Amino acid sequence: MTAILAIATAEFRIALRNRWVAIAVVLMALFSLVLAAAGSAPTGTLGADKLSVTVASLTSLAVYLVPLVALLMSFDAVAGEVERGTLPLALTYPLSRAEILFGKFLAHLVILALALAVGYGLAAAATLWFDPRATAGLPALIRLFWTSLLLGAAFVAIGYALSALARRPGAAAGLAIGLWLVMIVLYDLGLLAAVVADDGGRFTTDIFPWLLVGNPADAFRLYNLAASEATAAAAGIGAAANTIPSAHALASIVLWPVIGLALAVLAFRKVTP
Amino acid sequence: MPMNLTLSHLTKRFGATRALTDVGFTVAPGERVALLGHNGAGKSTLMKIVLGLIPYDSGEVVVVGQAPGSRAARRDVAYLPENVAFHPALTGLEQIRTYLRLRGENPRDAMGLLERVGLAEAARRRIGTYSKGMRQRVGLAQALIGRPKLLVLDEPTSGLDPISRRDFYAMLDALAAEGASILLSSHALTEVEARTDRIVILSKGVMVANDTLAALRRQAALPIQLQVAARPETADAVAARLSGARFNGATVSLTCSHAEKLARLSQVAALGDLIDDVEVIPPSLEDLYSHFSKQVPQ
Ligand SMILES: Nc1ncnc2c1ncn2[C@@H]1O[C@H](COP(=O)(O)OP(=O)(O)OP(=O)(O)O)[C@@H](O)[C@H]1O
Ligand SMILES: [Mg+2]
Repeated sequence: MTAILAIATAEFRIALRNRWVAIAVVLMALFSLVLAAAGSAPTGTLGADKLSVTVASLTSLAVYLVPLVALLMSFDAVAGEVERGTLPLALTYPLSRAEILFGKFLAHLVILALALAVGYGLAAAATLWFDPRATAGLPALIRLFWTSLLLGAAFVAIGYALSALARRPGAAAGLAIGLWLVMIVLYDLGLLAAVVADDGGRFTTDIFPWLLVGNPADAFRLYNLAASEATAAAAGIGAAANTIPSAHALASIVLWPVIGLALAVLAFRKVTP
Repeated sequence: MPMNLTLSHLTKRFGATRALTDVGFTVAPGERVALLGHNGAGKSTLMKIVLGLIPYDSGEVVVVGQAPGSRAARRDVAYLPENVAFHPALTGLEQIRTYLRLRGENPRDAMGLLERVGLAEAARRRIGTYSKGMRQRVGLAQALIGRPKLLVLDEPTSGLDPISRRDFYAMLDALAAEGASILLSSHALTEVEARTDRIVILSKGVMVANDTLAALRRQAALPIQLQVAARPETADAVAARLSGARFNGATVSLTCSHAEKLARLSQVAALGDLIDDVEVIPPSLEDLYSHFSKQVPQ
């Protein structure tokens, strides 16, 4: 445990010096404030409090932004050490490769939590300033916070796996951006196209829900939207969200960080310094 | 006495390259062993195998009674890689504190370690701003953490200035006196000569020598050089009587084997007033080194 904390402390300090903490926090704060401002403008025609509306737009934003920030923080984790030549020495210390990754993971989670807390906190503060009645939306905001953290954790872990597979920072960055495009952007488009082509057949009823919930980003969206009726209306996938029990979505969000870490440890074990 | 490092019949290939072939030697507690060899001889490869960083093909490696790379072995072994590198964003102090924590030692010892390697003043600066020698010293500082039973140091003095080299070897002497085993590689033969107990020479992955320097000298039986300083007017006569070669004006040079040395010297002494001085030059370490390096099969 001391070893994991030692790695985490060093890694956090490095992220602080490399401005990664500042970049993540400012990015989240900026986007959250813009969404809060946008959400406060129209009056509550949806019948929901303004914070719930803000949470709905934050959810759509987080699906893109959180995985991106997570991958950008993590792609260098193993490949960077290989490139700098710091890995051989680190591996002669009496700690396992898994512990090295867990240490980095801890640091990156803290940074992510910091950025999310500042971003969502600012959005909540701004919304509550305009609409004190909006406290009804606080549970939704808190749920958004910890699910965002889990979503980020999944992509941080997957980023480590890519980093270990690529072994060079340039290649790792390419893989990370590719993965983001595929899992966040193309995945949904592909599923949508398949559903349209299937026209209500077996694929739509039996396979599609599993494919949807199997992607952590979609599971994240489903869980947050399903959890609040009001916000489901604001998103386009209401029908799909209704067919998938939100427990499945939650299981997916919780399992992905674990799966990601397992993959990362396996890939890291294959790296010879 | 149990050895801190035992290698036997160690063989390692990288594809078609035979990096190590049937290498075997031991390092006892308190012993300082120098690993010499040309570029690509297999020194770094051997060290990485001892640390468990890379696998080997055949043979046996026992590190402080454990398998190389096992947690127990890693606890007792310190390593200084060649071209040691650290994250440039951390300060020397932060880096050493991290390493202390990883070994379960008190991070407060960091400043003391940095003082020992002469880095106290730069301790709070980022490693990115350090010179090559300063980075090397951070590497040395981390190798001193805890009480390692075996120190594996890959070209530890590369990049160090002459004074720091001397201080470094003094530090090694102290460690060895406390019972630590030291395996170090180097291309600086003269410093190895005075500061190590035994020399292992690798040539193309084959061990061609493994003994004390004195024993290697005897074994190689390289010719000894005698330089006789004559006077300008006697030089030709001296050269003729000793059947040596004249060079540098009035100096006459002879070579002889160890066995002939005393007889030759008495011949020189018999010349009396014809000569001014005589100097005995033993085979240099470079001569010895190239003698053994040439002995590779194939
Ligand atoms: N990862 C690797 N893949 C392929 N060949 C390798 C690898 N590492 C080392 N070699 C080869 O093994 C041989 C021994 O290399 P090694 O680095 O051990 O030499 P060395 O004695 O440390 O040389 P130097 O004095 O230059 O540091 C060389 O021929 C080298 O090219
Ligand atoms: Mg080398």
